[in-house]
Amino acid sequence: MTVGAGMDEINKTSQSYVGTPIKRREDVRFITGRATYVDDIKLPDMLHGAILRSPRAHARIRSIDTSKALAVPGVIKIFTYEDLGDLAVPVPIRMYQLPGLERYLQPLLARKKVRYVGEPLALAVAESRYLAEDALDAIAIEYEDLPAVVDVEEALKNESLVNEEAGTNLAAIHEFLIGDVDRAFRSAEYTRCEDFRVHRFTGNPLETRGFVASFDGGREELTVWGVTKLPHLNRQIIAAFLKLPERKVHFIENDVGGGFGIRGELYPEDFIIPFAAVKLGQPVKWIEDRREHLMAANHSRENRCRLEVAARKDGTLLALRATLYGDMGAYVRTHGGLVPCSTAALLTGPYRVPNYQAKIHLVVTNKMGLGTFRAPGRYESCFYRERMLDLMAGDLGIDPVELRFKNLIRPEEIPYEVGVTRPGSAPTVLDSGNYPSALKRALHEFDYEKLKPLQGRYVEGRYYGTGIACFVKNTGGLEPYEGARIVIGDRNDVAVYLSISMLGQGHETGMAQICADALGVPMDWITVYHGNTDTSPFGWGTFASRGTVMCGSAVHLTAQKLRQRLLRAAGEQMGVDRATLELRGGKIYRINTEAAPVDLNEIVSKVRHLGTLNQGSPELEETGYFHSSQMTYSYGVHLAHVAVDPETGMMEVVKYLVVEDVGRCINPLLVHGQTVGSAVQGIGGTILEELIYDETGQLLTGSLMDYLLPTSTDVPDIDSVILEEAPSPLNPLGVKGAGEGGIVGTGAALANALSHALADCRVQVKSLPLTPDRIRAWIRERSR
Amino acid sequence: MKPAPFEYFAPSELPEALELLERYGDEAKVLAGGQSLMPLMNLRLARPKVIVDINRLSNLSFIAVNSSGVLTVGGLTRQREMERSVVVRQQNPLLAAALPMIGHFQIRNRGTLGGSIVHADPAAELPAVSLLLEVEFSLRSKSGVRRVRAQDFFMDYLTTALRPDELLTEVQFPSWSQRDGWAIEEIARRNGDFAIVGVALRIRMDEADMIRNAGIVTFGVGGIPQRVHRAEEGLIGRKPDPQLAAELAKVVAEELKPDSDLHASAEYRKEVGGVLARRALTSALVRARSKEEN
Amino acid sequence: MTLADFVRQELNLTGTHLGCEHGVCGACTILMNGEAVRSCLMLAPQADGAVLNTVEGLGESQELHPLQRAFQDHHALQCGFCTPGFLMTAVAILKENPTPSREEVREAISGNICRCTGYQPIINAILQVSKKSMETEK
Repeated sequence: MTVGAGMDEINKTSQSYVGTPIKRREDVRFITGRATYVDDIKLPDMLHGAILRSPRAHARIRSIDTSKALAVPGVIKIFTYEDLGDLAVPVPIRMYQLPGLERYLQPLLARKKVRYVGEPLALAVAESRYLAEDALDAIAIEYEDLPAVVDVEEALKNESLVNEEAGTNLAAIHEFLIGDVDRAFRSAEYTRCEDFRVHRFTGNPLETRGFVASFDGGREELTVWGVTKLPHLNRQIIAAFLKLPERKVHFIENDVGGGFGIRGELYPEDFIIPFAAVKLGQPVKWIEDRREHLMAANHSRENRCRLEVAARKDGTLLALRATLYGDMGAYVRTHGGLVPCSTAALLTGPYRVPNYQAKIHLVVTNKMGLGTFRAPGRYESCFYRERMLDLMAGDLGIDPVELRFKNLIRPEEIPYEVGVTRPGSAPTVLDSGNYPSALKRALHEFDYEKLKPLQGRYVEGRYYGTGIACFVKNTGGLEPYEGARIVIGDRNDVAVYLSISMLGQGHETGMAQICADALGVPMDWITVYHGNTDTSPFGWGTFASRGTVMCGSAVHLTAQKLRQRLLRAAGEQMGVDRATLELRGGKIYRINTEAAPVDLNEIVSKVRHLGTLNQGSPELEETGYFHSSQMTYSYGVHLAHVAVDPETGMMEVVKYLVVEDVGRCINPLLVHGQTVGSAVQGIGGTILEELIYDETGQLLTGSLMDYLLPTSTDVPDIDSVILEEAPSPLNPLGVKGAGEGGIVGTGAALANALSHALADCRVQVKSLPLTPDRIRAWIRERSR
Repeated sequence: MKPAPFEYFAPSELPEALELLERYGDEAKVLAGGQSLMPLMNLRLARPKVIVDINRLSNLSFIAVNSSGVLTVGGLTRQREMERSVVVRQQNPLLAAALPMIGHFQIRNRGTLGGSIVHADPAAELPAVSLLLEVEFSLRSKSGVRRVRAQDFFMDYLTTALRPDELLTEVQFPSWSQRDGWAIEEIARRNGDFAIVGVALRIRMDEADMIRNAGIVTFGVGGIPQRVHRAEEGLIGRKPDPQLAAELAKVVAEELKPDSDLHASAEYRKEVGGVLARRALTSALVRARSKEEN
Repeated sequence: MTLADFVRQELNLTGTHLGCEHGVCGACTILMNGEAVRSCLMLAPQADGAVLNTVEGLGESQELHPLQRAFQDHHALQCGFCTPGFLMTAVAILKENPTPSREEVREAISGNICRCTGYQPIINAILQVSKKSMETEK
């Protein structure tokens, strides 16, 4: 393992926690049913909210009559847009604010128009959720229906405008050019143009969204539970909305049932639930149900791409040109143009493509808005690119594996500057990696050579095929820093406060491992806290797999600082130079002597009680931040082996492998867990899940009976190999984020595998999902 | 997602239950296993004013077989109990094979025979199997008992001949000939899901290897399970040759008039209905012939 | 009210979770008279006279149940939301079939949804317990 510039020397002693598959300590409360998710919170006098959601996709609101609803016993209040008064603000865009997007912001409650099925219209607050739903039934609304647009092509005709004031459904365009694409196409020996499509689907964490908000009228302090992902940022905005000082707003993250990018973004409910709590002077709880979640929590991925490739006859890639359309939904969400822009940003993947042009159209339609879902844009672009590579390989008579080796960026070319592919950003630079090595390893682990003869073979009623996808994934960065505060108390109590959130990734264990190593204490002394705006340092949040990269580095640096502080205090107490001391396993040793070590607790005690050590400060703590404006790139390979019954279109994923290089693996148990989990999510998304609207904008997949989540029998055991061949030079731990790589290549690998399997049927997959109905339709089409 | 308000009764005797059904008629819904009704109520797609919970009517849960091999199962019998029952397995292998296909075991722990039949989801296995097996339903009300044959019971999408004041108290399965070949095949998106298309098939062969009798039912392809008479007639009097199964597939595909929905198109269902019929016949022939050899 | 809400609100046992409220995800699974049921599809009075087992009752006060320990050993949970439902389902599975094969376990848990783990470690955990129970019987 080579050590990149900037990476600290880590003492791999027998006590090193980093790199060990340590079981999660946080598990105990979850397996005993004593975790606290937001719906588990009960406060005295707590009321319950339910949201009236538009049953129409596009309509003017003629009238809202809440009188019957208010007459339902136990119903306290119904809030509509009018009640917001001059506090009313739209849900803001936080990033990728391309010019034009600001015209499509969502009001907290619908005003004169509803623009998607599920749009919040009113909040009913009652003594129980049952009664609140009864109240919703009694609210009478008169609508004047308008034609709905549910696909990008229709929307671009601008015959029915989602937002009349904006005057168009083309919300924004972003384009960029690297190199000279036109010339590359003119001189190319080979070109191909294809239209690809990825469907609309999303993360569906098992716990839906929810909040409990409680306002102390005496002190004018608001507490909100159910927050996650970006607690500090969200608090900033909600405090401003309610015109409260930030310090009087306490956002507390408790246990969270998964996020995958969906939860934690600002939605109308983030504003109106706290608003209701302030107005009513009683705590208000709102728990989203699954039906609501499917229609009103961020959708993702839906995208079309016309992709053109230019190459030499020998398979050398010369250029890619991509024209993309992102189906944004009716309102532009907090992520702005992120999802479609990210689809373009890493489309070249781990390959050498000297010329690349992309034009991204962001189009509004009468659907729920688009937001991030695990590896936003990367799943889509990997599908487009890897499919195109296989098509190209077929045209040119080159083996698809050879074609990839030919074009993969070599380690000696890295760091490799791709160019400016993100709006208003520094150029994308692939920081470290050995892509050919990862591919070699993957092929070996998968026993690819043995499976190759089965390509397209028909055995006992099924066709077999193997597909490959290579990927890179940006992790870390995106926002400039994260922090950690570490405090040592009596009786070997070490508290680590993280600026990031936890949604199930195991940070309570992983961060403890990092801290234990860097500080020099046993891991079981450490407790990790997160997500509480009162106690956690200010931070940007948990997304883009940046938790370990950003916050882990912060923990590492802060722990090192604290270690120095402890050694200095110990030196003072023991009357020796700090440089002659070492802190290991919670004990202070004098280097190169046989003297018995001193328990750290002794020093801590003296510092706290004497008041003369540690420069007079009894508090043994440090706060530190890790800054990085650059992304670091994990990378790897997906391999899928499938069997498909051509008569029924039923496809079985027989074997699946993910190889990912994460730079440095803090806890293999956790990283494997993320990889396997995300691969299964990706397989499910590729073959089962789809958010389907009909032509009137009704969401047909309104329950889990129709939106199909993968179960244990839909997926094989996933093989996962973690590599540490290319640590990141951009942070002291050398880590790259894990958690999304496992999903990036799933659409691509499965589509490639299916296309190989059905070569005899002349089926080439150009769109997702891969459902039995669509597979049969493709076979049927091609046989005519 | 909470149910709308309702009045709740949990009678402990059958006459009480029937009295309630007569009194409330259309306004009442019977709650047995709850695996179909409760999701509808939680989603507020069903808002019955009255719930008559019949789970205390333990007399309606039984499995019995008489000396002629007629299997009678009470309407409240849990699917899981039927699945575990040696009697069911011995008396009716087709029924025994269909049971594990229903949802997941947690659903079958509560779901009942009567509940599934009365709910009559077009993609459910029990209504289809009961149609194929030519069962007889006992429908009891305060005024007495009606016996209705399966072929007269399933009327339309989620609609049966059951009147609002009636309970399906028992199902009688005609005795099963152990020499019969049978098969049940279905395509579902995931394990335990409702069938997108399914075929249940039964054949009787004679000593000369000729098909004497055939029954074919498709499910998931229309509002109710369908007997495919033309396909059955095409089998009777035939000796199985390599063409037979393919011919059957063609006829079944032609006869089916399915709907399209978000899981599959009508064309898919027609085609695959034919494919499943072919596969079912092939399996059924193997079973029938292996019995002959014994 | 539903049995799930009754358990969570009236009995204050919030270990049983609501993931869908229409009987698909299995997060609400508890044991009623020893059988695994979806508590969101039952009404509270239907449990009258029954014995209910929820995740809070697994294991002794200081000792984890073998299944709980196995889940931790195998990293069979990440966000933990589905975990109580899986644990109760696993209890029911092993009661019916103490020595299931890997495929049997995979099939038996297919009525419970997990979004985080990909199911593999859950299967491993259940098999670990079944193997152990097989060993103790020898």
